[in-house]
Amino acid sequence: MSKQQTLYEKIWNAHVVERRDDGTCLIYIDRHLVHEVTSPQAFEGLRAAGRTVRRPDLTLAVPDHNLPTTARRDAAGNRLPILDKMSAQQLEALEANAPAFGIRYIGATDIEQGIVHVVGPEQGFTLPGTTMVCGDSHTAAHGALGSLAFGIGTSEVEHVLATQTLMLKQSKSMEIRVDGTLGFGVSPKDVILAIVGKLGAAGGTGYVVEYTGSVIRDMSIEGRLTISNMAIEHGARSGLIAPDDKTYAYLKGRPMAPKGAAWDEAVAWWKTLPSDAGARYDKVVLLDAADIVPNVTWGTSPEDVVPVTGVVPDPASFEDASKRDAAAKSLAYMGLEAGQRMQDVAVENIFIGSCTNSRIEDLRAAAHVLRGKHIAAGVKQALVVPGSGLVKAEAEREGLDRIFIDAGFEWREPGCSACLGMNPDKVPAGERCASTSNRNFMGRQGPGARTHLLSPAMAAAAAVTGRLTDVRELLGSE
Amino acid sequence: MEPVSVIEGKAYPLGLKNVDTDMIIAADWLKTISRSGLGVGAFEALRQDPDNVFDNPAYAGAPIVIAGDNFGCGSSREHAAWAMLDMGIRAVIAPSFSDIYSSNAFKNGILTVVLPQEAVDRLLEVAQTDPIHVDLDSQTVTTPFQDRFTFEIDPFRKQCLINGLDEIGLTLTSDAHIASYEKKVASERPWVSGEKSHESLAV
Ligand code: SF4
Repeated sequence: MSKQQTLYEKIWNAHVVERRDDGTCLIYIDRHLVHEVTSPQAFEGLRAAGRTVRRPDLTLAVPDHNLPTTARRDAAGNRLPILDKMSAQQLEALEANAPAFGIRYIGATDIEQGIVHVVGPEQGFTLPGTTMVCGDSHTAAHGALGSLAFGIGTSEVEHVLATQTLMLKQSKSMEIRVDGTLGFGVSPKDVILAIVGKLGAAGGTGYVVEYTGSVIRDMSIEGRLTISNMAIEHGARSGLIAPDDKTYAYLKGRPMAPKGAAWDEAVAWWKTLPSDAGARYDKVVLLDAADIVPNVTWGTSPEDVVPVTGVVPDPASFEDASKRDAAAKSLAYMGLEAGQRMQDVAVENIFIGSCTNSRIEDLRAAAHVLRGKHIAAGVKQALVVPGSGLVKAEAEREGLDRIFIDAGFEWREPGCSACLGMNPDKVPAGERCASTSNRNFMGRQGPGARTHLLSPAMAAAAAVTGRLTDVRELLGSE
Repeated sequence: MEPVSVIEGKAYPLGLKNVDTDMIIAADWLKTISRSGLGVGAFEALRQDPDNVFDNPAYAGAPIVIAGDNFGCGSSREHAAWAMLDMGIRAVIAPSFSDIYSSNAFKNGILTVVLPQEAVDRLLEVAQTDPIHVDLDSQTVTTPFQDRFTFEIDPFRKQCLINGLDEIGLTLTSDAHIASYEKKVASERPWVSGEKSHESLAV
């Protein structure tokens, strides 16, 4: 094909098994991550139909959503039971289904265990130019390594297990270019919050997005994972970033990444993937790094973004009537008043974790702010939940756990934790949480919980002062 | 899914209109980790009535339900179809169905037969005492009393049902394509494959 192609088009074309008359394509899936919550019925379906998993070697199972983040073994090293019966049952189902279908399984007490979207890249299971799915909408995260990755439902999980394919229609393409240099104290989370704020929660619906520009190029792989993770929050099913030398350096030597000659072959192919100069996108959105500051959310949609130095917006200021309505409802739920300074908002809970911000760089950024400081008196619960056992071990090697514990944080076992109110970690009704996760929906962190999304450094800053705080001032004042 | 061509036997003469999916399977049952085993919970609320058709030994194990208008309305839960399949239902006859229910039923190999109210009334009467015969191939419902009603069905769905093809089954008809794609990738990008790339994982 002589036409210049985007990264998305190249990956798509390399995975078409069959093109049907109406334009839908049977797309081959290279990588499938499975967790305990959305898989039981899929395995059950396979069993009922007498089917097998077509490519167990392309499938990896790990529990994360339901697992409590408290100790998993007692002092004698025996495994502790999960008290919630439904959660225990879902975990047991995965523990039984994985070996029964020949799928590799990382168990609840293995050091490699963690949030699926942290484990995939960390193990080198996620690779550039692959197609990847998981029964979870934040699968988009893996796009940071140049993998066309997206979330699917339980019926599709079963479909992929049985056939290693999905019937899909090609999406439109969007380029989101962020040029310039990020200012002091501005993190990848602030960049993606700025993007979600600009595009709106549905702005990317129907598109596969590619993040480009000098800010993305200069960003570490871990920062890129934070960006792609939230593609779904602006409506895009996938958020790609072109693989480059940083990607290869990150992946090289990871347990599941290709080795030896296979590695060289892989890199040679990966180098052909970036969008050709002059390739056309259906839509282009530009952001200037100079305009991006530390951000927080004020409402109950991730698009409700303001600079931390800003104020709670007046619902009347929105042009769209439905948005005015939604904003008024959000403010009532959040217990905020129009015009209130964001930095005056007091928080009782701090959550540093989730597949958005639980990797080692996130923990380093938060620890850097916390070093030698203590959480404020008004903070009742402060959790740090590493994204995987390996992240936890590395943080402990670096002594970060001591900084968190000395500052008054609880140092937990890996899992989804307070990102969603499905396991014991919750934000009490009516209380506020400064959270590094990706969704501030009503009830997301527990019934009645009020969530403010922000970066790990900003969450640490809020912990120290007990209110939403501009981390630049806190760091600058040292 | 099991192929469907002839469904014959007793039929539950339910007759009720607007049977919603909450009635078919209550929300409490959605916490399950399984699609099967939901049959015991099916039509729980209706079964509170001691005279309900589902617990009447005369209809025990019937593969057909005869119902009123708008069967399967309400929540989109696929559990409703799972529960009915689990209790052995393979066909539902009614004057109309909710779209979501009929699509869920179809995915699970349950035939939804749309017949005019008069036909449904006649079948409700016959079902009190005698079996009903549903033939998908000729698209007819017949009784031992020379009743013969024809019904419409989407040709694609008919093919899927007769051949026992669910969406996964359908994709598996492309198995040769999938296999040749895999062969191509195995030679062009062997490192994508699991055998090589994962051998060093120690878990
Ligand atoms: S951390 Fe949150 S967003 Fe990420 S996979 Fe878990 S529940 Fe989903």
